[in-house]
Amino acid sequence: MTTDLRTQPAADLHAAPAPRPTTTARSRLGSAFAMFRNRKSITGLVILGFFVLVALLADVIAPFSPTQVDSTARLQPPSGAHWLGTTHLGEDVLSQVIYGTRGVIVVGFLAAIMATVIAVVVGVIAGYLRGWRSESLSALTNVFLVIPGLPLIIIVASMFNNPPLVVIAAVLGLTGWAWGARVLRAQTMSLRNRDFVQAARANGEPLHRIIGNEMLPNLMALIAASFVGTVTAAILGLTTLSYIGVIPVNTYNWGTILNWAGAQGAFRQNQWWWFLPPGLCIAAIGVALSLINFGIDEYVNPRLRSAGERARAMRKRGLDVNDPVTAVRPTAVRPVTTDRESITTTSPAASTTEGPR
Amino acid sequence: MTAVQPQPQPEPPVRDALEVGTTATTTVQGHSRVPWRFLAGRAAFYLFTLWAAITINFFLPRMMKGDAVDQYLSRNRNVSPEAAEALRALLGLDTDASLLQQYVDYWGLLLRGDLGVSLLHGLRPVTEVISQALPWTVGLVGFATIVSFAIGTIGGAVVGWRRGSRLDGLIPVTTFLSTIPYFWLGLLAIAVFSVNLGWFPIGKAYGVGMTPALSAEFIGQVIRHGTLPAATIVIASLGGWMLGMRNMMLTVLDEDYVMVAQAKGMPNRRVLWRYAARNAVLPQIQSFALSIGFIVGGTIVMEMVFSYPGVGKLLLDATNAKDYALMQGVFLVITLSVLVANILADVAYAFLDPRTRQTEA
Repeated sequence: MTTDLRTQPAADLHAAPAPRPTTTARSRLGSAFAMFRNRKSITGLVILGFFVLVALLADVIAPFSPTQVDSTARLQPPSGAHWLGTTHLGEDVLSQVIYGTRGVIVVGFLAAIMATVIAVVVGVIAGYLRGWRSESLSALTNVFLVIPGLPLIIIVASMFNNPPLVVIAAVLGLTGWAWGARVLRAQTMSLRNRDFVQAARANGEPLHRIIGNEMLPNLMALIAASFVGTVTAAILGLTTLSYIGVIPVNTYNWGTILNWAGAQGAFRQNQWWWFLPPGLCIAAIGVALSLINFGIDEYVNPRLRSAGERARAMRKRGLDVNDPVTAVRPTAVRPVTTDRESITTTSPAASTTEGPR
Repeated sequence: MTAVQPQPQPEPPVRDALEVGTTATTTVQGHSRVPWRFLAGRAAFYLFTLWAAITINFFLPRMMKGDAVDQYLSRNRNVSPEAAEALRALLGLDTDASLLQQYVDYWGLLLRGDLGVSLLHGLRPVTEVISQALPWTVGLVGFATIVSFAIGTIGGAVVGWRRGSRLDGLIPVTTFLSTIPYFWLGLLAIAVFSVNLGWFPIGKAYGVGMTPALSAEFIGQVIRHGTLPAATIVIASLGGWMLGMRNMMLTVLDEDYVMVAQAKGMPNRRVLWRYAARNAVLPQIQSFALSIGFIVGGTIVMEMVFSYPGVGKLLLDATNAKDYALMQGVFLVITLSVLVANILADVAYAFLDPRTRQTEA
């Protein structure tokens, strides 16, 4: 990434109260999004953005209402009028998929926001504090980690006769925060004793400043990863619950479409236009989210990326990376893995061109 | 056996000097044979979790709307009001006892191994109903999980070793397969292999009209019926194992002891399996132990799609019919199995990786 250190006048206005002149609002924003600045993450974000747009513009782009029944066009394969065919009631599958995106996106993000907020609060506090308070928060996390999620969700969801999307999101969020909290706690515990945090503590900075200004920026990658992971889990959970029929089928999402398709025997009668698109949409959004997470993983652990690049670069020169002679050769490129900033500032091309000479 | 093996050094947790003590303190702590503090901490945690799970289990049906007996009456119309009252008494629903008293009674019943009777299954004891379903789930999913773990871990090790080669392309493929919702994959598999090609029977654990027996025919039936569910589970879960192992391999392969091993002129095969993979597999083993626990609970969807007569299907049916006793029983069994798996994971990890015994509980 190329952080512009010369202060931008416009941005400087916003950053005026900041004591250090070198960190403008823009460069801060830049470093906050550095983990997304690689091909995998960007591809994932583009696909995700496409689905978000579809969800927002469902009213505009959907050719029909998802519930518009047409008794003259039942179970039709894709045609000019119905791009993805029709259901057993003559409803347009494409419109259902488009409207279904809404439920999926809303529940996925709501659940992930709730889960991430809980995970950050519990994880960071448990990591920062010591003694019984830390231990009890950690025990709480572990309890939620151990109690099986899906059975609990099924039981809880069946308590409501007609749960609104918010309730579904809340249930998914409440059962999905524990893993993120555990990871964040471990990382916070390690950050707590780094020099810059110790220095802030010695300076007598208030707790909220230490956590908010010193620690959180360093936890952003983990928080983002756990957010993305929770979105994936929530979307899979929602569609699964909808398919099972725990969530009533009057709210449209991809799972409910599949529920109808399954109930009407579409799978056994090869009505592929009915059951393929929703499933592929779930898979596409899942792939997009895991691409984003791959990108974050490689940002956090640069070896994941550099190992493959190094090996490919060596192969181009006719060297085998696993050949003992190559591996032990002292000039072999060993990427710096400790300093995160230097890794992200060097472009991938730069790190591969300097090989053993 | 592991003492002389090189271990990957993770970032050592930095602590205050007082907390850590001197190097000598660490050494002494590290060499104490039985890590009592560690064991006591884990035991306390598991007891607490068990209590929490059972308490949740106690409150769940009391928070739910609808009465089990009402549901039962709506299914069976020829039950007299007296019989309904008797049912209520039998199920412990008639009591005006306080919540605390009910809670104590619940514990009493639990400790005696009495999980109540299932309305859905003709008033048979819940324990009996569950013990009939459990072998199917454990057998099928257990087998599939082991296969998936083995293929994924070995494959991940090879992909990590041959980094930068075309094998890297496997990772996106397996990831794609694991992001597909499982029920959809299962339904698709039924549509293609059972309906269109007719290679496998549709759903169920064995053919209609067969009685379970130890005959070759019956076992053949079970295998034929189990192939598709097992295969879909393997396909869906392979990606996670593979990615985890490959990422760990890439990290481990960068360690100096791998380079030393190569410098000594060891054959690549030995470096790969004895040095790199052996260390990279540690987190995998822990996740494997955890996934054992989810065998019981995580297959609700599979059992629904393939109408397999396991524990997950039992829970779904019980929830739909508001058969609380059965529902509670199944949830308890699932939670217990996850807990036991966690204990196994702890034991396995402490046994395999001495560092965990030295650090905190």
